[in-house]
Amino acid sequence: MIAELVIFIILGTVAVATGVAVILSKNPVHAVLFLVINFFSVAMFYLVLSAQFVAFLQILVYAGAIMVLFLFVVMLLNLTGAIESVQDKLPAQKWVGLALGIALLLEAGVVTAAGVFRQVPAAPPPSPNFGTSAPVGVKLFFDYLLPFEVTSVLLLIAIVGSIVLARRRTY
Amino acid sequence: MLVQYLPFLVLFIVAVAFAGGAMVLSRLLGPKRPSATKLEPYESGMVPIGGTRGRFPIRFYLVALLFILFDIEIIFLYPWAVIFLEAGAARVFLFFEILVFLGVITVGYVYIWRKGALDWE
Repeated sequence: MIAELVIFIILGTVAVATGVAVILSKNPVHAVLFLVINFFSVAMFYLVLSAQFVAFLQILVYAGAIMVLFLFVVMLLNLTGAIESVQDKLPAQKWVGLALGIALLLEAGVVTAAGVFRQVPAAPPPSPNFGTSAPVGVKLFFDYLLPFEVTSVLLLIAIVGSIVLARRRTY
Repeated sequence: MLVQYLPFLVLFIVAVAFAGGAMVLSRLLGPKRPSATKLEPYESGMVPIGGTRGRFPIRFYLVALLFILFDIEIIFLYPWAVIFLEAGAARVFLFFEILVFLGVITVGYVYIWRKGALDWE
């Protein structure tokens, strides 16, 4: 229990710190690299929550593939030097966002202090292989067969959509 | 459960300590006599022309986008491969199930092939 708390505090610190670094980095490539660390710490969160398969998907898909896409977009747009000259069209949004963020934090604090979460019964401890790829596979390929097959159609739509969006007029 | 991942943690710490230690030690112990030639990105290589942040053609973007989509297709094959051997009589069911899934994706594959998105030129 104590070990989990220590892990949570370390991971939470890393996740929040890299998240802040993403939005504060002037260099977009640095921001993307901070986002990689952020995704890794989120993957560790999944691991602590015994969602092991999801944790490795997070690393494979997000830290692997999606970050490559982000880097390509950054290099495609070549924003170096353009960042400083960008005019903030909505200067009020910074302060409105800050106020809303503080309001959200206060709300969460009040709800926690009111004891809403204490009424949730403790979940039974998961079995040792809970969240590994085998139980996930059994659920996915037997219980959730239709959603799984529909996913292929979703991927097909995404493939066609990416070609249509990125094609040149001569295709 | 988390105890099973202890070797990963040890490996991670060793990797970070090794990489960080090598950098710190070489900085502390190594002699530093820089010269203009030594500080070039490719010593005794080509003299670099222009900045490193050239703009990338949009083709890379399309390739990365398609890579993600087929990456997600592969993701579904991991749990399938894990449960297939122990499935027993349900194997036939599982086989045709994945065949339908891969069949639909293959339609997309044939589409991007025929559209010429796989050709670099």
